[in-house]
Amino acid sequence: MATVSLQNINKVYENGFHAVKDLSVDIADGEFMVLVGPSGCGKTTALRMIAGLEDITSGILRIDGKEANDETPKERDIAMVFQNYALYPHMTVAENIGFALKLRKLPKDQLNAKVKEAADILGLTDWLDRKPGQLSGGQRQRVAMGRAIVREPSVFLMDEPLSNLDAKLRVQMRAEVQRIQRRIGVATVYVTHDQIEAMTMGDRVTVLRSGVLQQVDTPQNLYDNPDNVFVAAFIGSPAQNLYDAALTEGARSLKLGSQEILLPEAVRTKRPALASYAGKDVVVGMRPEHLPAAKPGETGPTLVGDVNLIEALGSELVVHFTIDAHRVIAEGALDKDEAEAVGAGEGVARVEAKTPVKVGDRMTFAIDIEDMQFFDTQTGLAIRG
Amino acid sequence: MRNRKRVGWHRYINGVIISTVVTVLFILIPLYWLIASSLKAPLSVGNSPPSYGPTPFSFANYKNAFVGYDFGIYFRNSIIVTLATTALVLILGTLAGYALGRLPMRGKFTTLVVLLIISVFPAVAVLAPLYLLMRDIGWLNSYQGLILPYTAFNLPFAIWILRNYMLGIPKEMEETGRIDGAGALRTVWTIILPQALPGLFTAGIFCFTACWTEFLMALTFNNSNNFRTIPVGIADFGGNFQVPYGTIFAASVVATVPIGILVFIFRKFVVSGLTSGAVKG
Repeated sequence: MATVSLQNINKVYENGFHAVKDLSVDIADGEFMVLVGPSGCGKTTALRMIAGLEDITSGILRIDGKEANDETPKERDIAMVFQNYALYPHMTVAENIGFALKLRKLPKDQLNAKVKEAADILGLTDWLDRKPGQLSGGQRQRVAMGRAIVREPSVFLMDEPLSNLDAKLRVQMRAEVQRIQRRIGVATVYVTHDQIEAMTMGDRVTVLRSGVLQQVDTPQNLYDNPDNVFVAAFIGSPAQNLYDAALTEGARSLKLGSQEILLPEAVRTKRPALASYAGKDVVVGMRPEHLPAAKPGETGPTLVGDVNLIEALGSELVVHFTIDAHRVIAEGALDKDEAEAVGAGEGVARVEAKTPVKVGDRMTFAIDIEDMQFFDTQTGLAIRG
Repeated sequence: MRNRKRVGWHRYINGVIISTVVTVLFILIPLYWLIASSLKAPLSVGNSPPSYGPTPFSFANYKNAFVGYDFGIYFRNSIIVTLATTALVLILGTLAGYALGRLPMRGKFTTLVVLLIISVFPAVAVLAPLYLLMRDIGWLNSYQGLILPYTAFNLPFAIWILRNYMLGIPKEMEETGRIDGAGALRTVWTIILPQALPGLFTAGIFCFTACWTEFLMALTFNNSNNFRTIPVGIADFGGNFQVPYGTIFAASVVATVPIGILVFIFRKFVVSGLTSGAVKG
């Protein structure tokens, strides 16, 4: 049981690569903290620095209030689950789970009892005599978890532990990892590049990009109030629609390509900061679910787009459309293929399953203007207040 | 093109199978001849026309090798020299292979290239200086006089095999060991080494075979009967006017047995040891 505190942590590799820049995060006791970001954002490096597998170039790491920069991994009393599980292939499941305890010279009966208890929690009792090679991916993953929990560490570190599993098992293990973490109640740092994992699992989520902290918040706050364009684009699936737009004089309306969207009085009073952007360019963000199909005789603000693809998910339709405004792509927020697939004015809306729409239609969406997000074009920061 | 399906025994006739059979026979026939002849009565070994089986059957050649000649001594010498060398090569090779494969250090590439050069160096080129050296330090006719140069010549290859094998072990193995609280030696001994066993067996068998069959240095450095190894001993069988083929064959069979047993036991490991690291490093 412990807290973890990172203060202005930096990592500069020998070749001069600055992997983590001035990272400051506090993780409370028992908290499930997810580090998320595109690949190469420094999240694994940060985790490895907490583990003691990587030297900290500058800054202070505290575990349970005590400076841990120069402590060995063993002294930090952490447990880590690796992406490839790193099970010892020549040892049985029981030996794998008990290895750390054996190194601590725990008496044999106690060791066996602890291994058995961990195996019970993870449903591995029937497999204790097997070697890792004889287990399925999900079972190996659980052995890796077992090896971590049996030590009763003060901090849990997990490096993309679910990324080697197939999609269905991953969803299942997501719940299981959470369940185990709640049960043990140990501060956990969980690294992933999958924002869905981050959203579903974390008490709080730390978003990193190119080694720089973007935002630390609860999943819902990240989604509703992203601090900048990157977080807005990275969190959420399908990704948020972000467009270059211009506020007219008095910030009464928004020019989005050739369309003009009126900003109701209520929105302007709620967001007084918008007034200072009157007559200037901004970036607007609209979540796909905030673009429902317009009802006949819709009086509120609307957006018209040309439908070019419809994905029917059963419960809803994901409608891909284009408008003549410039789509903003935050670098690194989408992976390469996604970014290439997103055309200049591409947008996505989630509409009711029964909406009568087909490819080639010109469709009108009602805009949930209350939930629209505004960002500064230059700095990319959210316009608030 | 006709594509008639072959039926019956005809379907076993194809290029791959024929060439396999020819290759296997090519290797097996001399071996069979060696064993069959060793089990004939000494005087019937050179009969014309030859008998194709071990007839008349006799163990006289084996008895002669051990009693008439000092094959027992040679066997003992070979075992001592070979086992000591193999043990040394494996211990040093494991440590060096681990360092070159897994630890961050400068000059790895240069070291590996130098090792490769040493391993292809012709032994005959260093024979004369080595002889003088051994004579000066009084190591002629001794076990260490063979063990040391054998180790030097076999170590580079063993290091290469072990290093390649260690490269294939994921780095998380050490990291998870460190987190579990294992020190450096403990990590190597209980985590890395068990996973490198196939590589160890491969290197061991290659080294064992090379030492077991080495002739040139053994002949040059150890010419006292008490320190002769098997290859030199067998070559010295007989005298000016006779070559006791039966006895030589019998001794050769006995000399082959240890290698045969080793390869038979570890054949699976040897194959995996030779192929690992083929795509990495």
